[in-house]
Amino acid sequence: MRVMVMVKATKDSEAGIMPSTELIGAMGKYNEELINAGIMLAGEGLRSSAKGKRVAFDGASRTVIDGPFAETRELVAGFWLWQVKDMAEAIEWVKRCPNPMPGPSEIEIREVVEFDTDFGEVLTPELAELHQRNRDKTEGH
Amino acid sequence: MATRQTHQTIETVFRIEQARLIAGLARFVRDVGLAEELAQDALVSALSEWPKSGVPNNPGAWLMAAAKRRAIDGMRRNKMLERKHTEIARDLDDERDSSVEQIEEAIDDDVGDELLSLLFVACHPVLSKEARAALTLRLIGGLTTDEIARAFLSNEATIAQRIVRAKATLGGAGLTFEVPRGNERNERMASVLEVIYLIFNEGYAATAGEDLIRPALCAEAQRLGRILASLAPNEPEVFGLLALMEIQASRLATRTAPDGSLVSLTEQNRARWNQLLIRRGLAALERAESLGGGNGPYALQAALAACHARARKAVETDWKKIAYLYGTLSKVMPSPVVDLNRAIAVSMAFGPEAGLKLIDEIAQAAALRNYAPLPAAKGDFLFRAGRLAEARIEFERAAELTRNEREKAFLLKRAAACGG
Repeated sequence: MRVMVMVKATKDSEAGIMPSTELIGAMGKYNEELINAGIMLAGEGLRSSAKGKRVAFDGASRTVIDGPFAETRELVAGFWLWQVKDMAEAIEWVKRCPNPMPGPSEIEIREVVEFDTDFGEVLTPELAELHQRNRDKTEGH
Repeated sequence: MATRQTHQTIETVFRIEQARLIAGLARFVRDVGLAEELAQDALVSALSEWPKSGVPNNPGAWLMAAAKRRAIDGMRRNKMLERKHTEIARDLDDERDSSVEQIEEAIDDDVGDELLSLLFVACHPVLSKEARAALTLRLIGGLTTDEIARAFLSNEATIAQRIVRAKATLGGAGLTFEVPRGNERNERMASVLEVIYLIFNEGYAATAGEDLIRPALCAEAQRLGRILASLAPNEPEVFGLLALMEIQASRLATRTAPDGSLVSLTEQNRARWNQLLIRRGLAALERAESLGGGNGPYALQAALAACHARARKAVETDWKKIAYLYGTLSKVMPSPVVDLNRAIAVSMAFGPEAGLKLIDEIAQAAALRNYAPLPAAKGDFLFRAGRLAEARIEFERAAELTRNEREKAFLLKRAAACGG
């Protein structure tokens, strides 16, 4: 299964304070381990929410909101996409991560929805036909 | 409750560490079977000690130290210090008092080499292909015998026996557990790649509704491929195979319809192809080519897969390039099936007559005498050339040959569409 592993923001990360040389080195080594174990698919660090935007949806309206955003602990400061055997393996790998922040911090693990296994039952013949129509359209038939 | 949770943690840690642990131990005791037993013993020690002491900071080094201590005790007991094991014994004495830190350092230095060596041993040509796949999944993939049995639609006793025999065969083969060099390395690497691709294809062949462990074989093979790529970063065919698997896996979600029937490449919903895997695949292919391996069999197959991956719509497929690549592939990996695929690509690129010209030569090959895709392709060329009566005969013949009911129905429908 695939998991998205999210490093949550802290006051420091939101203040745009860059990680220390030491932490960058430790993270580099950790990333190397993830790659060598064959589980890392992707991963990036994110700039603070001051440089981010939100688009709020309400019916037909779309409103753009400028960062920074409140509720710091709920914000994401970086992420990985991993392919692991199960959640227990993901937890073990997360435990091995150097503390990504100078102070207390949190990493959240979320399962990725797999189309085949999660939608297998939901994908009725009608939905399948819809997919077929979309396919015909995208391929210009 | 807490103990059960701790046990699960320990087992997960062990699963993560297992391959490196067995790899290090195998080189230490020169025996895969013994190495696996020692690793299991170390797990038992961890299960009794860690709930009290907590999981150590470097669990891999802890497990290795525990296993090596046991190996030394065992060897002393068996009086293996004499005779041909004198040399090993000297190593053992040196290591006897090594601290966890020293072992940790040693692991960091050698682990790549040791893991690669274990992969070479598990895929040793003295073993049958099935045994190689089972042993690789067991030792490096960390799958249980039961999981391997389910994955290969076999039963646990058969797989267990296959693994026991394989380990015995390896034990009797007098292996050095060094990474082979030169020509031997190339041959042995070919065997490793073959086994990984076999595991991938077994997962790829899984159909909807089957035990989920089967499609999971694709992910396992990709993981093995990625590990191998980090262990052998200068081998073009390693990246060729990795590219091939990543690109093929990008289509896993779209290759079957909800009723379980296969959806052909040109019919698949390309919007749902996994773009991340495609990019990873294309990057691996680029690496294979930059290492000078563009004409390796896996790199060529990856390049073919990449042609489809790059086409946003089926009509944009670069069939000329595909025809050219099949031409090159048939030189490095001659096969009538490759020739047939080339004929199909040629017919798509240059028209049905060009395809027909090629297919009549291929049709002579004995290997394709009862191969349904051959008359199916010929029927398609004839149909597109407007020669409906001849097309009908070919479709009917293909329908007779195929053992797949859905395919048979499809071919008979095409035959009926020829009128007559």
